[in-house]
Amino acid sequence: MSQASEGSRSLHLSQVTKEFASFTAVDSLDLDVAHGSFFALLGPSGCGKTTTLRMVAGLETPTSGSIRIGDTDITYAKPYQRPVNTVFQSYALFPHLDVHENIAFGLRRRRSAEVDRQVKDMLDLVELDGQARKKPHQLSGGQQQRVALARALVNGPDVLLLDEPLGALDLKLRRAMQIELKRIQTEVGLTFVHVTHDQEEAMTMADTVAVMNAGVIEQMGAPAELYENPRTTFVANFLGQSNLIAGKVLGRDGDFVKVDMHGIAVSVPAQRAHTDGTEGWVGIRPEKVLIAEVGEDIDAPGNHLEGGIVTDVSFVGVSTQYLVRMPWGQELQVFEQNTGRRKIFAHGEKVDLSWRPEYAFLLDSSQDVNAGIEDD
Amino acid sequence: MSPLARAGRWVRGHLVLGLGVLVLAYMFVPIAVVVLMSFNDPGKSKNVYAFRGFTLHNWEHPCGPAGMCHAVGLSVSIGLLATLVATIIGSMAAFGLVRHEFSGRGLANTIIFLPMASPEIVMGSSLLALFVSTGFGGRLGFWTIFVAHVMFCLSFVIVTVRARLAGLDDNLEQAAMDLYADERQTFWRVTFPLALPGILGAALLSFSLSFDDFIITNLNAGQTTTFPMFVWGAAQRGVPMQVNVIGTVMFVIAIAIVLGGELNNRRRARALVG
Repeated sequence: MSQASEGSRSLHLSQVTKEFASFTAVDSLDLDVAHGSFFALLGPSGCGKTTTLRMVAGLETPTSGSIRIGDTDITYAKPYQRPVNTVFQSYALFPHLDVHENIAFGLRRRRSAEVDRQVKDMLDLVELDGQARKKPHQLSGGQQQRVALARALVNGPDVLLLDEPLGALDLKLRRAMQIELKRIQTEVGLTFVHVTHDQEEAMTMADTVAVMNAGVIEQMGAPAELYENPRTTFVANFLGQSNLIAGKVLGRDGDFVKVDMHGIAVSVPAQRAHTDGTEGWVGIRPEKVLIAEVGEDIDAPGNHLEGGIVTDVSFVGVSTQYLVRMPWGQELQVFEQNTGRRKIFAHGEKVDLSWRPEYAFLLDSSQDVNAGIEDD
Repeated sequence: MSPLARAGRWVRGHLVLGLGVLVLAYMFVPIAVVVLMSFNDPGKSKNVYAFRGFTLHNWEHPCGPAGMCHAVGLSVSIGLLATLVATIIGSMAAFGLVRHEFSGRGLANTIIFLPMASPEIVMGSSLLALFVSTGFGGRLGFWTIFVAHVMFCLSFVIVTVRARLAGLDDNLEQAAMDLYADERQTFWRVTFPLALPGILGAALLSFSLSFDDFIITNLNAGQTTTFPMFVWGAAQRGVPMQVNVIGTVMFVIAIAIVLGGELNNRRRARALVG
């Protein structure tokens, strides 16, 4: 397929807004999803991700803005007039039709040729051959999920929408289906837009993740990029966990920004400093923080913190997770791999902390330090 | 253990079973009598309620008694027609009540129950008053019975179909639209087949209510005689044995429908296990 025709099947949302009676679900959203990519819309419930998906599917009409696939405007097209198919959260399999007829439903509506062969190929792809004549209620949750996927995929849509498709499965099956979905997406080469509140799921599967919060996209990028260099406290907290420590910006020094953090001078790479203010939140991921006995030589140049006291120890097998109370009263999270090279610290022990400056990031002090922390 | 204690234990162990058998007998003995009496040969006796001898005469000449088969035919015709009309109107009303938000929906949902809750004698006499006052008093018969039957069947149809529709997942229709079915195809391919069991159930209920009805019918029938009216009239003098034949046939048809449904369910259940 030529470059031009691939470009003509990409999805574009521009200034899309959806207002309901009492609130704005989606606020002036701009989004471009390249053809053939696996795109995840990640956010907590109520952030507008499902509304966005439903507008692309045609099940909701935007209050303003436009949605295009390639050069075709589909903003107001009926759901059955769009080259888009959806895998519903509840699967929504037709209970009165068997597996074969569920998958054939879209093909028959469009009077497609060779329905039986196409359905059979699709059953092979989702590994359900032999189940064609069963009714949906005779299948397990994982099998129903695959029928829902096959029923959408068989139509070869320009964009396949997945609305929390794995939410109803148990953890083990969910992990297996994540790998399966990624395999199928690579195999068929279609654009997948996947809505989820599960950050691990989004990072595992998607090429590009857009983190949504309160109707807007907070940040968009490759999973590693978002994780390593979050731009907002919401992203820092929602995607994994972060230590956010209040600091005063002292000034720039080449490629680094110098920050005074409760009397300790630390540096943050300039490209990871996302504030122009004089104050900011110094961010560091718990697994990037090194922990050591007092006075021990830590293999990390730069940001060095003394006077910590271990207040909590959780042994989770592959790692040990500590809470360390710093002299200014804040408890920092520290995850250390259980390599076996040294002992596990005990509650009440004095420790030093350190991290490599290149892993730190700096966020704007006007943002809520607790944004994106889930209550569960 | 003493024999007395053992007997007591046996009684306690079988008490529920025994009571159950008695209750079932209480329910089915009248039906058994109807079946038995359909083979009764009353001879010249005036007492038609005594079994005097076995005969197939009643089954060979079901239309023997003057006017009876006409009455049965009338009841069946009214039943089918009233069922058809009540099911169509009632199903559409149920769709409206479930699918559309409109002011007064709560009130409409409540007053639907009123005809089911009112005594038949009240509805029958008020309907008669309505017919007479609008000038139909001299034309009571097939069509006034039909109007009356549609009226009292409607509530039952609406309530039955509404329950079925309320249990359907909205996502199914959205999924159909997502899979290239337009509004019409979505209705006929997804919504209607899923609502059908409720609609069929409502139709069966309507027919049996209509076929059965005596009080409202009697008040609005004029010179026309339906089957329940015929039986009531005949009972003054002595019910002809053929009434039992009709009763048996109706019972067998009802049993066949119930058994058919049950077999269908079992077949599905077996498929589920297999």
